[in-house]
Amino acid sequence: MEKRARFRSLWLPYALVAPQILITLVFFIWPAVQALWQSLLIQDAFGSSVEFVGLANFADLFHDPYYLKSFRVTAVFSIAVAFFGISIALLLAVMADRVVKGSAFYKTMLIWPYAVAPAVAAVLWLFMFSPSIGIIAWSLKHWFGYDWNHLLRGDQALWLVIGAAVWKQISYNFLFFLAGLQAIPKSLIEAAAIDGAGPLRRFAGIILPLLSPTLFFLLVVNVVYAFFDTFAIIDASTQGGPAKATEILVFKVFNDGFRGLDLGGSAAQSVILMAIVIALTVIQFKFVEKKVHY
Amino acid sequence: MVERRPWLDAFCHLMLILGVLVVSFPVYLTFIASTQTAEAVAQAPMSLLPGGHLIDNYTQVLTSGSGNESAAPVGRMMLNSLVMALAIAIGKIAISLLSAFAIVYFRFPLRQWFFWMIFLTLMLPVEVRIMPTYKVVADLGLLDSYTGLTLPLIASATATFLFRQFFLTIPDELAEAARIDGAGPLRFFVDIILPLSRTNIAALFVILFIYGWNQYLWPLLVTTREDMYTTVIGIKRMMTAGDAATEWNLVMSTAMLAMLPPVLVVIFMQRWFVKGLVETEK
Repeated sequence: MEKRARFRSLWLPYALVAPQILITLVFFIWPAVQALWQSLLIQDAFGSSVEFVGLANFADLFHDPYYLKSFRVTAVFSIAVAFFGISIALLLAVMADRVVKGSAFYKTMLIWPYAVAPAVAAVLWLFMFSPSIGIIAWSLKHWFGYDWNHLLRGDQALWLVIGAAVWKQISYNFLFFLAGLQAIPKSLIEAAAIDGAGPLRRFAGIILPLLSPTLFFLLVVNVVYAFFDTFAIIDASTQGGPAKATEILVFKVFNDGFRGLDLGGSAAQSVILMAIVIALTVIQFKFVEKKVHY
Repeated sequence: MVERRPWLDAFCHLMLILGVLVVSFPVYLTFIASTQTAEAVAQAPMSLLPGGHLIDNYTQVLTSGSGNESAAPVGRMMLNSLVMALAIAIGKIAISLLSAFAIVYFRFPLRQWFFWMIFLTLMLPVEVRIMPTYKVVADLGLLDSYTGLTLPLIASATATFLFRQFFLTIPDELAEAARIDGAGPLRFFVDIILPLSRTNIAALFVILFIYGWNQYLWPLLVTTREDMYTTVIGIKRMMTAGDAATEWNLVMSTAMLAMLPPVLVVIFMQRWFVKGLVETEK
């Protein structure tokens, strides 16, 4: 779509886009190019010697058991976050769409966690599950005899960060599902009800298929969230530990670069992550635009 | 409501109440911890009823920070968070409005190029270009400054797209009428485009304020001085003292303070919030 009515000026449009373009060039494009270039170099930690090594950094990465482990951890983490975040939110949204009384109250009470910073969410969960003082860790031990210590047990640590990430993401998914549900014409539901379809049948036969674009959109968004926005959750709670059990890819880029000072390796990881974001963005635009249906 | 099924309705209410309780529980616990003494919180299990130290704890963190001497007062950190959130929200909206206006209302060489360049930023979140971006900011001497905290985050593809989409729906007649009346592009922008964009600006502002307030990775890298920490970073630094030494009552008071402004924004500006969230993601 193009505008018929336009203005003419030789310099004004450039002046108008200049701030955006300058910031993009200086803080986005240039650093990204640097990351690409650095991923082909090996540099010692003091920056005194630099050597061009081609794709050796990438080859190293894929032979590094820790990197492969980090890939697995990221996969488990993002699948779990997307699955629980989406299914819990869908359940709540369907219920909130059904009830008449108090739906505004429920909505408000379910969407505010969106405003909580991921790092703060992590601290809250850390506090509940702290092995020494956490109320939930205590309850698990006291009532169920289950020993919770995410400082030692990698699987528990992973569940802890999944919990915090899901808790924070439910409100977002809930809001989109609710919007999707409210866009479904009531006449369809009523027609099905007259034909004798019960609530479950209506959900499986009508509501879910009509929600599929929302579902797909949220799937992509949740995976992106789990990949990138959860850095704060990991860093503020487990720091990738114990024994790298919660070291997701984004955290590893940061850790290897800033703490390990392995610039080449960190840059190579950045490049791989960039490829993943580009793929996810393309998927999002290709399919979400076309609206997946049925 | 399609049919009467009282049991199903009751079940729905039950699940929703359960959902609300589960979602609120961590924050309730945080509030309780922020009203007790450090010793009371460190007991397992801690009491689930408010203690009497609410005012003490909040006054202490706001004016003098947590116990160890190096800590900065949280009041200062909240100011930093506020500056950061406002600068990012206003900055992003301003530059996106301008560039969307140029892209929609002018034809000029490189227009498509610029458009794609802005689009590209969607694919380059801070997390994937941490080291080189940090280096650029360090080389420009912007570490520990408000400029360094906010400027690199101000470019925004989503806001630009949102405004572009919106401008495309504004009838051409308005621009033609403005031209016939002798208004130049800037006059048209200020007198017609800006007032029409008010609701979009408000919705976007709510989302971006929350985004800016909750930033983590970037302020973590760019700030090294206590007095430049944002509230979220302050919490993280308070906890590095180690599990035993962590004064949880103060950490939790700070966490409450860190949550309060964005949560209030969501609750009281819910309409704008929902609009902004749903529209920016389209």
